[in-house]
Amino acid sequence: MSPWRLAARRFARNRPALTGAVLVAALVLAALLAPLLTADPLAQPDPVRLQNQPPSAAHLLGTDPYSRDILSRTLHGARVSLVVGIGAALLAVTLGAGVGLTAGLAGRRTDQLLMRGVDVALSLPRIVLLLAVFAVWEEAPAAAVVLLIAVTGWFQTSRIVRASVLSLREADFVAAARALGTTGAGIVRRHLLPHIAAPVIVSASLDVGNIILLEAGLSYLGLGVRPPTPTWGNMIMDGKDVLFSAPWVALAPGLALVLTVVAFNLAGDGLRDALDPRAAA
Amino acid sequence: MTATPLVEVRDLVTHFTHRVGLFGTRREVVQAVNGVSLDVAARETLGLVGESGCGKTTLGRTILRLVARTSGEVRFDGQDVFALDLAALRRMRRRMQIIFQDPDGSLNPRLSIGRAVREGIEVHRLARGAEADGRVEALLAEVGLPAGSAARYPHEFSGGQRQRACIARALAVEPEFIVCDEPVSALDVSVQAQVLNLLLDLQARRGLSYLFISHDLAVVRHVAPRVAVMYLGRIVEHGPSDGIYQRPLHPYTQALLTAVPVPDPKTKRARVVLAGDPPSPVNPPGGCPFHPRCQHPGKNESCRTVRPELRELAPGHQVACHLADR
Amino acid sequence: MSGPAPARPPLLEVHDLTVNFSGSDGVARAVDGVDLTVEEGETVGLVGESGCGKSVTALAILRLVEPPGHIAHGSSVRLGGRDLLALGAKEIRAVRGNHVALVFQEPLSALNPVLRIGNQIAEAIRAHEAVTRGTARWRAVEMLTAVGIPDAKRRASAYAHQLSGGMRQRVLLAMALACRPQLLLADEPTTALDVTIQAEILELLDGLQRKLGMAVLLITHNLGIVAERTRRVYVMYAGQIVEEAATEQLFAAPAHPYTEGLLAAIPRLDERRDRLQAIPGQVPPATAWPEGCRFHPRCPHAWAKCGTEMPPLLEVTPGHRARCWLVKEPERRKK
Repeated sequence: MSPWRLAARRFARNRPALTGAVLVAALVLAALLAPLLTADPLAQPDPVRLQNQPPSAAHLLGTDPYSRDILSRTLHGARVSLVVGIGAALLAVTLGAGVGLTAGLAGRRTDQLLMRGVDVALSLPRIVLLLAVFAVWEEAPAAAVVLLIAVTGWFQTSRIVRASVLSLREADFVAAARALGTTGAGIVRRHLLPHIAAPVIVSASLDVGNIILLEAGLSYLGLGVRPPTPTWGNMIMDGKDVLFSAPWVALAPGLALVLTVVAFNLAGDGLRDALDPRAAA
Repeated sequence: MTATPLVEVRDLVTHFTHRVGLFGTRREVVQAVNGVSLDVAARETLGLVGESGCGKTTLGRTILRLVARTSGEVRFDGQDVFALDLAALRRMRRRMQIIFQDPDGSLNPRLSIGRAVREGIEVHRLARGAEADGRVEALLAEVGLPAGSAARYPHEFSGGQRQRACIARALAVEPEFIVCDEPVSALDVSVQAQVLNLLLDLQARRGLSYLFISHDLAVVRHVAPRVAVMYLGRIVEHGPSDGIYQRPLHPYTQALLTAVPVPDPKTKRARVVLAGDPPSPVNPPGGCPFHPRCQHPGKNESCRTVRPELRELAPGHQVACHLADR
Repeated sequence: MSGPAPARPPLLEVHDLTVNFSGSDGVARAVDGVDLTVEEGETVGLVGESGCGKSVTALAILRLVEPPGHIAHGSSVRLGGRDLLALGAKEIRAVRGNHVALVFQEPLSALNPVLRIGNQIAEAIRAHEAVTRGTARWRAVEMLTAVGIPDAKRRASAYAHQLSGGMRQRVLLAMALACRPQLLLADEPTTALDVTIQAEILELLDGLQRKLGMAVLLITHNLGIVAERTRRVYVMYAGQIVEEAATEQLFAAPAHPYTEGLLAAIPRLDERRDRLQAIPGQVPPATAWPEGCRFHPRCPHAWAKCGTEMPPLLEVTPGHRARCWLVKEPERRKK
């Protein structure tokens, strides 16, 4: 059986990981179908009489201080969280893998240059940097948030990839491929990429949760994707002032956030265990 | 020996530079191969014996230009291997192959055995589609793997079977010369015999030449009619194996031979036990590289100062020792 | 009982030792009903190929088998008459290193990389004997000298990675022998070493054994080492002892086809063979030992009975036993 199928089988046997994966799938589905399932998240039916309503048949999760439907806002907020989380993680991993591969395959000079650059980048305070950028760039679209989070988040991945490339370069099967006359590109495609795919996938999946939290933190501070577009961060912000009189306002997005992060982390841990080359068949 | 040997190695030197120290500022030169000359004729096996760190693996890889040489020459069928451009080198690779010690590490765990064997066929466009599949099947059958192995993955095979798969991969490009780098050292005795027999059969059937590298003197004796003994990057003795095994001339070869435990409780032999470990190839001793460990009673000043060259003391039997004929 | 007074019990007496490993593919019976004895001061060989259970046997003697492996009920390991399997955790620790010591194949991983080797040996001594730090340290240097480490006093403050493979194996021996054990379990002690270094270490082991009067169970795949270094030998295959004999007897007249096969399969220095006699097939996995005699699928002499009935260890001559039906029905042997 191929190693990928073995990994899939190990993953399927891992109950917490499977739970995480099912939750992630459900979240993605709910976010996709949000416009069909719920009302307009921006509608303010009656800002005076319908504000901070507790859960009811009309508003399953209640309403917020502007009388907007919390269920609808939570589901629409999931779209921002998931797009930013998954998008930025994928982009970051691609960047990191590219730089790591280049560093691992290029000569000593390029390698040194890239890795010293990464050392410097890792010493920059990411949050402060993001705060500063979005404080200035007030109308930043979601795509910009994705891009900036990704650009500041690929450094670790590049190190992981570089380290695996350096050890793979010494592997006998790579020497055998060279002896067969396989070209450099052929060796990367056939022998290196399939090997670095596993650690990269794991690192990406574990990153998604962190990025979602980061984005929520930014939008809680009113940065990045801005109101009135619903994000879990700015929804929690909306609920902050009525935390005791109308706890459901902050509770719904807060729980959604926790659930999402836990789901991604469970799935990520499961992937790591399943793809671990040392794991037995 | 034939007029032109298939592989000619002349004064080959391979040094590696390591950066050491806290900031990688100090350079250390590992003198892995230090002036080796040898020939391998068509359809012949040359055994290359030595202990770990003697440079035998590096020598094998330098001959195939998998490692850069420092100086010296390798000619394959008359062509200078180090003068070839990349395209010509790639064509040349079809004719010379390598098998490694560790059948675990030399197969990509994420490729099926069939795809591993196909790699060379695809690279050199020897066949396509169903024809390539047929070739892979035939190769796997030739090395004695069960039908249906092509779709399976390395972890599903035993060590001996994986080594068979590696042999099939090397054979796929129809080479004339194979560097066998400790091909049976990782295998159990009963399986080792199977693989050795296979290598001998393939040689007879396909007319292959082998450079058979091993630390196991008994294995080498079994496969190679001619043997070279390597110590600290140099050939110290070289000749027909009957001569070397029955009348070893170099004190190192003598120690090596008597150190091998013989599976017969009735033989009790005088053993030359060496003292200490082999010196580091970073700064090999001056004079004869073996002199610090040499137990020869006649060891003298010239052993410490003058490096002995290979001299022919019997027909085809050369030794690099000042004292060998005393 | 009549005749001479009953002999003292053997130093080590292993009876019906069974070790199971439970995994996702089912239970692997890695060691299955092993009986072996080692007399005081004797060197006994335990020979077999990888996966035959020889290393697990050594670990089980000291109860060092890690889960998912466990020693089955009914197994017994007696050291000087005392049942090691019945001891409490503290008591078995007192046996390990003190009465029975273990040396592994890979000396680097058996040494702590962040401790100076002298301190490591001193610690091993202090774990079993109430001696001062200074005394332990002094004895450590003495041990290092005894195992032939030049300039032992200075080398005692080296770390494992600063030593060569041969030196590390010497350090490991020094550590194992520091408390003068009665029995040394040496598991492939020279397999990772070059032949010239291997010869040095084996000579050293011989000398130390004579000096300390200890017994050695030498576990190896190398029949040459068995021939040169042991008096008696057990051959293991697929978790079982398949043959037991005095070493000379085993090499002169092997009774089990597996032993014969092994002897025929090794290339020899002293004679040139045109073709090696390989044993066909592979060692079966421990989760699926064959029915009947476990060697029958690879055996040139096997007949129907071999596929269904597992032979017991049958006596060939006194002291020589083989787990093979040929002992009873020699006429079945094919030429």
